[in-house]
Amino acid sequence: MTAFLLRRIALILPTLFFVSVLIFGLQQLLPGDPAMAMAGEEQDPTVIAFLRQKYHLDQPLPVRYALWVEGIAHGDFGESIRIKRPVRDLILEKLPVTGELAGLAMLVALVIGVPAGILAAVKHDTAIDYGATMAALWGISIPNFWLGILLILLFSVTLGWLPASGFVTPAESLKQNLLTLIMPAFVLGNAIAAVMMRHTRSAMLQVLSADYVRTARAKGLSQASVILRHALRNALIPVVTLGALEFGGLLSGAVLTEQVFTIPGFGKLIVDAVFNRDYAVVQGVVLCTAFAYIMLNLFADIAYALINPRLRG
Amino acid sequence: MTAEPLDLALIEEDAGERPWQRTLRLLVKRRMAVAGLAVVLFFIALAILAPLVSPYDPLATNWAMVRKPPSALHLFGTDEIGRDVLARVIWGARASLLAGLVSVSLALAVGVPIGLVSGYLGGVIDGILMRLIDAMLAIPFLILAIALAAFLGPSLANAMIAIGVSQTPIFARLTRGQVLTVKHEDYIEAARAVGNPHHRIVLRHILPNIIPPLLVQATLAAAAAIIAEASLSFLGLGEQPPDPSWGSMLNTAKNFISQAPWMALWPGLAIFTLVLSLNLFGDGLRDALDPRRS
Repeated sequence: MTAFLLRRIALILPTLFFVSVLIFGLQQLLPGDPAMAMAGEEQDPTVIAFLRQKYHLDQPLPVRYALWVEGIAHGDFGESIRIKRPVRDLILEKLPVTGELAGLAMLVALVIGVPAGILAAVKHDTAIDYGATMAALWGISIPNFWLGILLILLFSVTLGWLPASGFVTPAESLKQNLLTLIMPAFVLGNAIAAVMMRHTRSAMLQVLSADYVRTARAKGLSQASVILRHALRNALIPVVTLGALEFGGLLSGAVLTEQVFTIPGFGKLIVDAVFNRDYAVVQGVVLCTAFAYIMLNLFADIAYALINPRLRG
Repeated sequence: MTAEPLDLALIEEDAGERPWQRTLRLLVKRRMAVAGLAVVLFFIALAILAPLVSPYDPLATNWAMVRKPPSALHLFGTDEIGRDVLARVIWGARASLLAGLVSVSLALAVGVPIGLVSGYLGGVIDGILMRLIDAMLAIPFLILAIALAAFLGPSLANAMIAIGVSQTPIFARLTRGQVLTVKHEDYIEAARAVGNPHHRIVLRHILPNIIPPLLVQATLAAAAAIIAEASLSFLGLGEQPPDPSWGSMLNTAKNFISQAPWMALWPGLAIFTLVLSLNLFGDGLRDALDPRRS
């Protein structure tokens, strides 16, 4: 197990290195002098000179990369040009908001996706199975920002049941907080639910034809007991680990969902940064999401290996 | 117990049938896939014939007709500056389909060679290329596309580049995996044994045999690219106003949701229908190409 852990951790080091090179390299895509691009429309020569010195733009590329990585290792992601605050603070401030939204969306995805997948597998090749499969295809195909707009139209504009926007922190009012997050969490969770349903269905179909499930049936156990205690437990292992892979989709979706419902999270931060040409913020957000994704996958792999000894090799 | 009689009809049907004929036969049996393909072709025709079928100029404003609900004059209604929504939906198909085509072509053109080299050569080069691909996959698809669009500058062309680059790792991974399974087949060993050079083995013997899964992935990737283009345009990072695109139409419509809901209905429905059809076709194609599923 230790050998597996060490090997798995060693594997993420080159990935992290390349991620950092890619994100640092984004700067090189800026046409012309980055200092001039960062200085904005005013093009003040003192600002440009200051930026050039501050970002070590007078240094060779590898030196700049090394200095940038060194800063990040010390938690220094640079400073937002527009808001004049450290990028780290901005990210830490927005993280709980997107975290809550993503967590609730994952909950929605699990609550809808897993039972639907079980039902579709148990009722294989029936109308229920086709219906669930079709619903999953809808969930994958519907653009979540459009679904968000439609829900606002129905629940906020027409019925007046839920607020269309305006995020409230749980500390201020938990009830208001949950009310503002119901629609965004559903919109974001819906697509993941579709993927979860597909995974659960195929995992359950595989498990349901396994010998030990047949044995459990032969013993005379009830259908519910066979499905929930014997089949589901084993089918859920790949589903849960695949959940970690869906994290990327969750973050991509969060950018759009936050834009539709004006939620001040990670997605709003990166979109606003893009329009303000606040490149340090863009890089910081991308770096953090990539790091979180790599770590989640590491944990998922470890969890998978803990449950399934054959994989430890 | 008697042995089941051989289904002679089945054997005769299979005899002498080329792989693509077999795929086509299996595909035609899947009604949903055929319906999906028909809808995709309809949108392609719409995009090509836009100048002929569009009832109005998509950019023409009419201040007397601001935010008018659907009527006989304007079937889909008008937008916040009196432009015909139907005309803009028809012309907007161009941006979406172009994004699907260009992004996926770019991803194929870059990803497939990387996968071929990585899978065929193996060793250190494979190790380095795959870590690079891992790094790209670690950045969520849309976030990578947003970051690229941010640094390249907002435009439809840059959005397509950003989406294509973000989709490259999927094709590189898939190609590499396919090469690894095909590489040790007897016919490849035979091609090697008669002294074919490496590039010939890769291009003439390996590549043609791994096209089916790439084709399926390309169809599904086109659906993803269309959603991604709409997403980037929705965020203001794709097609720039006043040029019509479904994503940017929805971005504007969001601000008039209580006064003019039709502005949000049609472009969203267009994205959804096109993407659903591509996914249906892609799923059907995968089933038709997979011998185990037929």
